[in-house]
Parts: sequence; structure tokens; C-alpha cells
Amino acid sequence: MFLINCPFCGERDQSEFSSGGEAHIVRPKQPTELSDDQWAEFLFMRKNIKGVQFERWNHSHGCRKWFNVVRDTSNDKIHSVYKMGEKPPVK
Amino acid sequence: MSDLRVHKTKYINETKRVSFKYDGKNYFGYEGDTLASALLANGVHLIGRSFKYHRPRGIMTCGSEEPNAICQISDKNDLTEPNVRATELEIYDGLEAFSQNCWPNVKFDIGGINNLISPLIPAGFYYKTFMWPKSFWKKIYEPLIRMSAGLGKSPTEPDPDIYDHKYVHYDVLVIGGGLSGIISAKIAAKSNLKTLLVDDKKTLGGSTIYQSNDSFKIDDQHSSKWLEKEINEISEIENLTVKTRTSIAAYHGYNYLLARENLTDHLSIKDKKDKIRQRLWKIRAKKVIVATGSIERPLVFNNNDRPGILLSNSINKYLDYYGVACGTNIILFTNNDSAYETAISLHKKGIKNLIVDLRKNSQSEIAKQAQNLGIKIYFNHVVTNTFGYRKINSIELMELSDDGNTTIGNKIKLNCDCLGISGGWTPMVHMHTQSGGKLDFKNDDQVFIPKEIDNDQISVGACNGDFDLETIIDKTVNKINIFLEINNQDYKNINVDCSIEKEKRNIWLLPNKIPLGKTKCFIDFQNDSTAKDIKLALKEGFRSIEHVKRYTTTGMATDQGKLSNMHALGIIADTAGVKMGTLGTTTFRPPFTPLTFGTIVGRNVGKFFEVVRKTSIHDWHVDNKAKFENVGQWKRPWYYPKNGETMHDAVQRESKAARDSAGILDASTLGKIDIQGTDASEFLNRVYTNAWSKLSIGKCRYGLMLNEDGMVYDDGVTTRLAENHYLMTTTTGGAANVLGKLEDYLQTEWPELDVYLTSVTDHYSTASVCGPNSKKIINKIFPELDLSDENFPHMSFKNTKLDNVNCRVMRISFTGELSYEINIESKYGKSLWEKCINAGQEFNITPYGTETMHLLRAEKGFIIVGQDTDGTMTPSDLQMDWIVSKKKYDFIGKRSLYRSDTIREDRKQLVGLLTDDPKEILEEGAQIVSDTNTKPIDMLGHVTSSYFSPNLNKSIALAVVRSGKNMKGKKLIIPMENKNINVTVSDTIFLDKENKRLNA
Ligand SMILES: [Zn+2]
Repeated sequence: MFLINCPFCGERDQSEFSSGGEAHIVRPKQPTELSDDQWAEFLFMRKNIKGVQFERWNHSHGCRKWFNVVRDTSNDKIHSVYKMGEKPPVK
Repeated sequence: MSDLRVHKTKYINETKRVSFKYDGKNYFGYEGDTLASALLANGVHLIGRSFKYHRPRGIMTCGSEEPNAICQISDKNDLTEPNVRATELEIYDGLEAFSQNCWPNVKFDIGGINNLISPLIPAGFYYKTFMWPKSFWKKIYEPLIRMSAGLGKSPTEPDPDIYDHKYVHYDVLVIGGGLSGIISAKIAAKSNLKTLLVDDKKTLGGSTIYQSNDSFKIDDQHSSKWLEKEINEISEIENLTVKTRTSIAAYHGYNYLLARENLTDHLSIKDKKDKIRQRLWKIRAKKVIVATGSIERPLVFNNNDRPGILLSNSINKYLDYYGVACGTNIILFTNNDSAYETAISLHKKGIKNLIVDLRKNSQSEIAKQAQNLGIKIYFNHVVTNTFGYRKINSIELMELSDDGNTTIGNKIKLNCDCLGISGGWTPMVHMHTQSGGKLDFKNDDQVFIPKEIDNDQISVGACNGDFDLETIIDKTVNKINIFLEINNQDYKNINVDCSIEKEKRNIWLLPNKIPLGKTKCFIDFQNDSTAKDIKLALKEGFRSIEHVKRYTTTGMATDQGKLSNMHALGIIADTAGVKMGTLGTTTFRPPFTPLTFGTIVGRNVGKFFEVVRKTSIHDWHVDNKAKFENVGQWKRPWYYPKNGETMHDAVQRESKAARDSAGILDASTLGKIDIQGTDASEFLNRVYTNAWSKLSIGKCRYGLMLNEDGMVYDDGVTTRLAENHYLMTTTTGGAANVLGKLEDYLQTEWPELDVYLTSVTDHYSTASVCGPNSKKIINKIFPELDLSDENFPHMSFKNTKLDNVNCRVMRISFTGELSYEINIESKYGKSLWEKCINAGQEFNITPYGTETMHLLRAEKGFIIVGQDTDGTMTPSDLQMDWIVSKKKYDFIGKRSLYRSDTIREDRKQLVGLLTDDPKEILEEGAQIVSDTNTKPIDMLGHVTSSYFSPNLNKSIALAVVRSGKNMKGKKLIIPMENKNINVTVSDTIFLDKENKRLNA
């Protein structure tokens, strides 16, 4: 059970949060222009890295804000936390 | 008292006798005894039968690693507890314990026949034998396995004890109150760090606290005396909390640990009453110091499992800590120096003993001390067999060959009533590995030790592979100073004298002249697996330790192989000719020792098990005898039986009343989301399939929400309250998820939209009045409201007041009847409801529950998301193409609606079903086929909703059927267990296709 430093509330127990999967997958602005394959790429394909991964988390039992987390999935170490819209840190 | 209680110790209070029962027989011990020490003092060694062969087994250890002495506590159906280790359980007045895994009793055990047929029960026996014939499984194998398998009995009634949870935060947590733990905790606490020290025993001090050998001295005192002084000092330190009888169950990442504190398990039945039994501590520590020590290893030789065979150091603890002699003629069989301490202790108390040592000699100080005392030592000898059925009575030993691979010379037979064995020490690395730490193999001691992982955790003392007194103190002090970034000088000048072990000789499987196949060299005592089983598994091709472990069940019992894992690994390494360190170890998983379920759930039992949500009208429903249904966390009225009605009768009556005159439903549980902002209309355009921009203020519209994959996610009516203000309703069960999903899109995909979402589900109560007389009833409640179709048409809303309280009245319908939903602030919900009931009295207004609501909407063919859909239905599958806007450029899920898979014609589609026999009601979930003769039978779909409609006087059903859209009029079959039901595919709307009743 790790600790997550919510950018709005501070450090809280993992049980207050829910994970939203891989970060920085932008919903296409013009879905209708996309082929089935392109749309499927957006819809289904997610990385599942062993190592440093950029993820979305929601403080669902707190401020309910979404934000991004850089986490090493091999040891759960969180390298950084940043708000939606902010530039991801360089690895 | 038995003369096995040979001397007084300060840990046993001989002024307080404690009486207890074991297997129905009365015994007594003293305050401070464990069940094991008290039984040993009474001369009881035989305490159970082994799991597979039902061999007699005795107490083997004095701690949590005990494989044999596990018992059932209490025979009461609510209090009984299985798998309690007699070596950990402190006795109390009124304790009743029973041996486990033997029938009819421990001394005469029918399962013991397994011992005689044991050549027939090799490794993987269960996998190999019970495979065939298939028909034997249900009638013969399963009952047989169920009868003989399992350890102990579960309680059959709720646990009456109280359990508790507690959250704590510390700078430093020290696990283990032995020598290194005490030193660590003291250093930490004296450096102003808020420190918690936990130990699973009732007293601190570990194995050093009963150490009184002249070969181990600190500052010229026996190490036990020195440590006692340290322990007295730590009780004075303010920022140090000490918790005894507290064992760490789990060590998770980020230094999050769970500990179980035993509060009353040692108290008499009378004193336990009404007190918290166990408390689960949820600990967050900035730094964790693991000082869990080590456990002694057994030796693996033929018949090494008889009652009376104990770990050598346990004999020492029983003697010096509990004052109990495990025998009167004891042999110690060892490969290391620690058994010499036991021998000297026994000798001092006048107990006859001798030593059999695998090593060729030992030059250490303590070995010399033993020799000087005249203790007989057989160097370079190995025990090859033991004798005695219910208790050991003699052993056989032989000389070892130079390389240790075989025995030489003649057998020597020696009598004894107890055999102590010591195969060295295994560091308790469980905590370290649970937290994700890796291990290194240390060759000279043949042990796995923690590989340092980060700067938040450290292992010190014996659990780190440091075994002698001097090294332990030295390294602990140095490491803790570095770890805590402090400079503590308290232990810089202490003077340690200790015997250092010089000779080592480790043999995992001891040699024997008897072929291995004819021996019983136990490795896992609790699961009865032997060296032979491991070798067989290897012969059959198993290589990975994880596979060998599962195939032979070694290390899979409730002790998680605390005594067996190293030998299993050693034998695998030796047999396969590989280095131990390259094999890796099995994974230790929480809990370290079994936890009670009570501790895990704490106070979250009974009415605190789950949150219950009730509407403000709930009490009225209770007063009016409603039966309730759980919908998510909500309690919703299901139906209101009158005068002993069955559910069917009640639902038929309610459904008819709603269509004939008037019905009323508590719709407060529907999710309500208040949507405001200048982009609210645009937002709705994007989240619903239909268009919203043109909805005028004061109007309502039904919306369907999809997932991005095009599948129906939720539905509900949304009302435009003002230019930039909407009220969305969602399904009862979907409310929280819908809000979460909308927030997700707003915050992450469309942050540019000016939209604010607020959950108002609990803020408003809703009474839904429907039926041809509903208008008259609403008119009585709100006489000033113009209810004409021109002023207040279907799918519109009005603000009004009820006794000066604001209300919103929506003319919307989920039943197909003329219908009004009144929303009012929740605190007025019940009075609103009562007003409706009173006003409706003359029209026989009938309260109805969810079941009638489901029936009424099914008559109209309205779907229920989650009942008629299952996450694989598109709007088109539901024959709801009309609600998907063709004009809108985009909305959630739009692109997915014309993926190659979603446009398939042969998807499962929603249809109506009518049974050929109108009285026959289909089962929801029943499969649908068209032909039962061609095998395999082609499954076309299933029934999703099914009712008997009193308004149509026939059975109706909704179903999803492959290519169902084009099947209207087609005959299909519902095969049931003992008959086939013939049905015809119909339209999904069964009643009032023209929607005349909405304006009735
Ligand atoms: Zn937050």
C-alpha cells in the first residue's frame, strides 16, 4: 500500500485513490477521421511497462481531482506527481 | 507437580496455579507457561498425529515455527479456533485445548494405517491417484479427501469476541525485542525519534534473556543480566512505545506494516469478558529495523519425527525460561556449537545428557567447557535411526566417513527419553522478503541473508546472519548509527566476551545404510513430506523450487515451511549438483503467522459490515411492511405484501393498481447530478448520444450514455432548469461511476469546458406518482399548478411550492403511464410522500416497489441498464437507433458504433419473447436455441427480463438473441432442465405502442 502525494491535498494512503491507467493518451479530436485500426489503437492499446510508467490517478475518496504519477511498477516507487495539463518530467 | 519442573525461573509465577484441560484431561501449570511448557512439565510429549501418515508427533519447538503442536482451542461452536500453536498459547484458567488431526483419539488413530501403507503414498500422490476413473471423484475420492484432509475445525457460529483496528505513525519501528532489537530501539528513541518496538512474546529479550553461560559475557556479566538492565532502562524512555504479544503479520511497500496485538488471549475466561481480544495495528514507519532473529534448523535423518525429539535450543528454553526438563536422559545431536549451551545448562541442573556431533571436533571455548564438565561427546558421528512409538526411547548412531557421504563402523545404540537436534540457524528473513527485498546466500553458514534494498529498512542481528554476541552488538550499533544518521556512543566501550564457533559441517540429508526409499527422513513435519519425496520430484523432472514445493507440498502448511524450506533447497541443490545460492528461495507471503478473521475485519461486522443508504421515506416503507431489496448500498422497497401475500401476488396487485388508477414509487435513490456552467449544453452533447443544445428551458429529455467502446453505459432523464443549469438523473447503481466518468472527461479531455458537476442524490427525495388518476392527485397537492397538457406537457418540469417549500415537479414516465415526479429537499421527503398518500387515498393510490417498476417498464419495453444490457450492447443492439444523433460530429463512443465488429448484423439484439403458453413464465438467464437436435446445440442468446403481466394477462419477456432484429414471429425454444418451452419472437413493446396512456 503506497503513499501518493496528491498535488491538491498532500500525502495520503493509496486506498483513497483509484488508478486510471496509462497517462498522456489524448482522445483524438476528430475520431470520425480515423480508420478502425487507428481508433482501436487509441481505444484498446495500453503499455504495461515493468519499470517507470506514466499513469493517471484520481483522488477518488478525497478531492476527486485527476493528476499524473510517474511510478516504477517494479518497486512501486513514485518518482513524481504532476497536475493534468502540466508537462511530464523527463525520465 | 511433576518432577519435570526442575527449577524456579522469574518467568514462571509458581504462586499462581492455572488449571486447564487438554483432550478432556485436567492438568495444571503456572502463570507464564505456554500450553507446550505446561504439557511438557506434565510429561506430555505426544500431542497430535501427522497430516498424511498419522504418525505420532510431539512438541518440537518453543515458538511460532512449531509444525506439530498445533491444537484446537475450545469446543464451543462460536469460540473454537483451529491451528493454534501450543508453543505460543499462554495457558489460562478454563483453557480447553484438543489435539488435531486424529480420530478417534491421539493414542489410537485409525489413520495411522496410512503409516503402514506409506510406500503407496509418494509425492504427488493426490495428483496421481485421484485422477481416474472420473466417476469415482464425486462419490469416493472427494468425501475421502474431505474426511482426512484439513487441519482442525472452523467455528460454525459468529465470533462473539471484539476486535479492533488502530492506525499509527512512527519515525522508527523495530521488529523483534531480542538483543539487537533492544539496542536498536534504545538508540533510536534516545535520538529523539518516535519509536515503536514490537515483540511477539510476552517478555522482551529473545533468546539472550535466558542465557547464563559463562562463555557469553557483556561487561563481565552474563549476557542475560546485561540485557535485563537494558530492558529496564528502555521502559523509562519517553518516546519509545513497547508492544509485547504483538507480531507483525505483513510488511508491505512504503513501510506499511500490519501487526496483530494479543490483548486477552492469555487471560482467564472470566477476565477476557467484554474486552477487546486482538487489535490490528496499521503501522506507517519512516524507518523499519528488522531484528527478528533466527530459528534453529532440524537435522534430516531416519525417523527424525518421534515425540520427544525437539530442537536443541528449545530444550534449553524450556529448561532455563520455563524451568521444565524435556527429559531425564537427553541426547543432543548437532552440527554446531549452540547445542553445547543446552548441554551445559542441562548438566548444571543435573540432567543426564551427551552430545553427538557431526563435526570432527570443536575447538571453541564452549566446547572445551562442555568437555571439562565431563559431558560425553561423539564427534564425527551421525544418528541413523530412532526408536519408540509414542515417545522416543533410544537411538542408533554410526561414525561418519571422512567426506560425510556415508556411515562407517558399527552401530551404537543408546537409550534416551529425549533427543535434541540442531542443524544450525536460519535467519528469519520473512519480513525483508515480504517487503520486496531480495536475498544473498552466505556460504560459510549456509544461510540466506537480506540484500540491502533502500534506506528505509535494515536488518540487524541474527536475521541478518550475524550469530555471535560480539558481531551482533558491534554490527547492530554501527549499522543503526548509519541508518538513522546519528552518532550514538552508548555502546562504544562495552566489553564482550564470547565463544566463537570455529568448525562447521553441514549435511542437508544425513547418510544412512538403509536405502532412502525405506527411510522416513522428514523435512516438512506438518505436511509430512520427506527427503524421498523431494528426490522423487526431481527424478520426475521437477526443477524449480516453486514446482517441487507444490508437488511435494513441502513448506505449504500453516507454518509456511519455517523449518523445512532450507533442507528442501539443500537437497535439491545437492541432488541437481548446483549451488544453493543459484536456486533462489520460495516467496514468503503474509501473514507471518496465521491471523484470525476477527482481527482482519475488526469492527466492520454486523451492521458495520457495509454502508447502508436509506431514503428519507424509509421509515414509512418499514411501517408499511415493505420487503427491501439491496441496490448498490441502497435499501429500496421491493414490494409491499398485504395480508400474507406472496411476492407474485403483491407485484400483480401493485402493477394493476398503477395502470388502473394510481401508484407511487420512492425514486429518491436515482442518481442526481447538478450540472452548471456556460458549456453545460455542449458537455451534454458530448456525453449523450442524442442532441441537447436545442432542449428548451423547462423541458426534460431521455439520454443514453455510452462508453468509448460504443457500449451502453447508463441512461436517465435530464432536465434543463435554466440556460446554463441541468439536472441529470442516472441509474441508482450507476450514479457514482457516472459522476466519476464525467469528472474524468471534464478534468482530463475537456478542461476548456466551463462545467461544474455536483452530486445531489442525497439532497433531494423523489416521489413518483403514476397512473390515470395521477393528475387528480397532483392537482390536490399543488392546486395552483396548471396541469393542462398545453401548460405542462409530457417531458417538461415546473418549479412550485409545497407549504412554502420549493419543489420541482417533472412530468416524466418510466411506466408508460401519465406520471409526475416530485423532487423536494430530502428532509421534507417523508411529509411529501405522506401528502401524496393522503391525497391519493380516494383513488386507492398503491405504493409499489422495484419489482413492480421493473414489470411496468418491461410492458413498455424500456430497458434497464445492467439487466437488459451487460456492457456488450450498443444502442443499435437494443433497437434504439432513434436515440443516436446522426448530425452530431462526436460524442463519447460514437466512433466505435461503426467499427467492423459493432456493425455486424449477427450481434445479439434485444427482442421481445412471448411464450406459446401465456401462463408460462420464463427464467431470467435461460438460454435460447432454435434447434435441440443438432449437437452441439447452437446457443442464440438468453432471457434478460421476464414477468407475468397482469395488465396483458400473459407472460412477457425481453431477451438478447443473435440477429434477433430480423426474427420477429420466429419460433424459438428455451430448453429447461425437464422440458422445452416454446416461444415466439415479438416486438419489445408489449403495451400501448402508441403511447396513448401518457396523456390519458
Ligand atoms: Zn486530493
